[in-house]
Amino acid sequence: MDLSYEVKDSYAEITAAGRLNMVSAPKLRELVAEVVAAGTSRIVINLEETAFMDSSGLGALIGCLKAARQAGGDLRIARVQPQVQMVLGLTSMDKVLTSYSSAAEAFGDD
Amino acid sequence: MRPFWVRLVVVLTVLTGVNYVAWRWLASLNWDAWWIAVPLVIAETYSLIDVMLFGMTVWRLKTRTPPAPAPADATVDVFITTFNEPLDLVMTTALAAQKIRHPHSTWILDDGDRAELRELAAAHGLGYVTRSAAWSGMPRHAKAGNLNNALMMTAGEFLLILDADQIPEPDILDNTLGYFNNRRVALVQTPQYFSNVPADDPLGSQAPLFYGPIQQGKDGWNAAFFCGSNAVLRREALMQLGLVGYVKETEKSIRRALGASHSAIRKASKAASSESPLLQQTLDEVEAATQEARRRLDAGESLSEITYRARRRVDLAVQSLVLADVSALQADLEEIAAMSPVEVGAAGVPVVTDDAVQRMASRDWSPLGAIESVQAVLDALSVERADEAQPVMPLATISVTEDMATAMRLHAMGWQSVYHHEVLAYGLAPEDIGTMLTQRLRWAQGTMQVFLRENPLVQRGLKLGQRLMYFATMWTYLSGFAAVVYFAAPIVYLVLGVLPVTSLSADFFLRFIPFMVVNQLLFAIAGKGIPTWRGQQYSLALFPTWIKACTTAARNVWLGRPLGFAVTPKDRQSGGPRWSLIRPQLAVSILLVIAAVVGIGRLAAGMSEPIGTLVNVLWVVFDLVVMSILVRAVLYRGYPGGESDDATHSSTESSKERAIRGPEL
Repeated sequence: MDLSYEVKDSYAEITAAGRLNMVSAPKLRELVAEVVAAGTSRIVINLEETAFMDSSGLGALIGCLKAARQAGGDLRIARVQPQVQMVLGLTSMDKVLTSYSSAAEAFGDD
Repeated sequence: MRPFWVRLVVVLTVLTGVNYVAWRWLASLNWDAWWIAVPLVIAETYSLIDVMLFGMTVWRLKTRTPPAPAPADATVDVFITTFNEPLDLVMTTALAAQKIRHPHSTWILDDGDRAELRELAAAHGLGYVTRSAAWSGMPRHAKAGNLNNALMMTAGEFLLILDADQIPEPDILDNTLGYFNNRRVALVQTPQYFSNVPADDPLGSQAPLFYGPIQQGKDGWNAAFFCGSNAVLRREALMQLGLVGYVKETEKSIRRALGASHSAIRKASKAASSESPLLQQTLDEVEAATQEARRRLDAGESLSEITYRARRRVDLAVQSLVLADVSALQADLEEIAAMSPVEVGAAGVPVVTDDAVQRMASRDWSPLGAIESVQAVLDALSVERADEAQPVMPLATISVTEDMATAMRLHAMGWQSVYHHEVLAYGLAPEDIGTMLTQRLRWAQGTMQVFLRENPLVQRGLKLGQRLMYFATMWTYLSGFAAVVYFAAPIVYLVLGVLPVTSLSADFFLRFIPFMVVNQLLFAIAGKGIPTWRGQQYSLALFPTWIKACTTAARNVWLGRPLGFAVTPKDRQSGGPRWSLIRPQLAVSILLVIAAVVGIGRLAAGMSEPIGTLVNVLWVVFDLVVMSILVRAVLYRGYPGGESDDATHSSTESSKERAIRGPEL
């Protein structure tokens, strides 16, 4: 999985390309911890190029949400693809993580 | 009493042949010129073995009496295989097939999936079959795949297979089905005969020696070949073949997976050890499951049982992995809910249901999928044969020529075959040398593929005679290498004066000439006057094709390279004669002529002896006469008889894939 991030005016956007699974999930956790430590706790994860997510990937997303909230910010997701949407729906995590249609919109309201 | 005379001449051939070749090895090798002497004696030995195998074939020449009438209630499917042949050609064959007298269903097996053909078939009340959805993205296996697909969609007890251009006679089933009264007969092959070939057969299309003494002889050894078309097969035998093959392939792939599992899992678990003890546990459990599977496999338990248990054990381990992810996630959510003034969700912390856990643990979403090497092992622990369109493949797919391999496997399982020597279908042969060469190459490649993948000499279940009958055909395709030596030897003598034999004394002629004479006599008697000269010419003259077939098939089987078929340019009808197709033969012919001129010059200058020069010049003349057929083949403009309009011309290009046997003609 290829991970990269970019700090925008009011939030940081993380792009995750590839499969968010047991192998890549720890990398996502590390990256989010790094971004939070650098002082940005408002994070959008752009999942446009994430074709697949398993239970470990889902666990990582929630873990990252916790890290962001603990730092007083929030974690949101954007551009979710079908398989990931299915996983979110199946586990009711779509009630916790709303998918936005673009990274810019994710923090558009506040 | 023909058998007696045939056998007598076979014995004489072997005696004179061994007498000559043994003398060549033991007493006549010119070691000073070993570089030509040894290849020549090897080539001669090759030819002796070739004629001995032919002798063995005709030793048991079987002339069958017409069988009892066909059982009236035998159900038959007639399959007409097509890929891109013109529709009118396919329909001519299909409508003729419809008129076959014995009750049957006629099916057009259209690998080209053409809507027009589907409509034509429906309009004439013919069955129409094309590949099912299961084939998309899977290996198609050409004609074998086409037939295997159709076998799953039809139900007749017997199958008559016809290439798109093979127009059947109405009595084709009446005259062949009776053989199946013998419950062990799986195959009845009839000759392939071509109606668009002139009497002098410039392209060597008819194969009178093969569809005659050779098949009749093989029949005597219960080894009559399946030749892809004009044959009736017993469905039960084919299905048995498919099932046995399925079990064998599945067991092979499971064994391979289990063999590779240990190192794959150990590697994965080394990488995981620092990260997660739970993953480590899961991998241990997978390792234990594969070990158990291996033990059960060795104990001879059923494959479905073994794979089911192994998968189940792994699934449970994966479920606990998912469950751990989910409970960690749930704990995170609780914490978030506790600290945050913002609601986590409108209805509190959502709960992940058991169903969701099950789904997340299923094969396609399993976290273990992240470790590809382990997932590959788990995927192979299945009986579904996921890499093929259908698990059961009755017709062999190991070769571009499915027929020979299929027949050999049938024989290995104890089934019998019959060669029925009566033309019951009329086909179309190629009408230009380019197409003809492509077909011969393809056939030779297919035969060599079978030779290298399933060598008949070591196949279990075959009788010695059957092994040798298959081997005999494969052996003939090595003739290209011998031909090169036979062309080189006279050139070497005439140009350099180097003789591979110590002397051309009376010793030589007394041994060589009787062998040669008896050898020709054998072909004459066994062939009962059928023309064999054309076949002999092509077996020598097409040496580049045979060599290419051997080298490409070896590269394909051993190195996995594609066969790389020569594609016949479409413009051949409009262009002039295509001399480029026989460039190697033209080069050899020119060399032979030059050598003859040089040799006569050397004789005139007193540099060589008259007998040697005479023998070698005669040899050159023989070689040139043999290769002269290619000049006629290149100049051949198609069959003049009949209404050979453009449609029938172009139709022959791809329709005849396997009509012609190679050097065995």
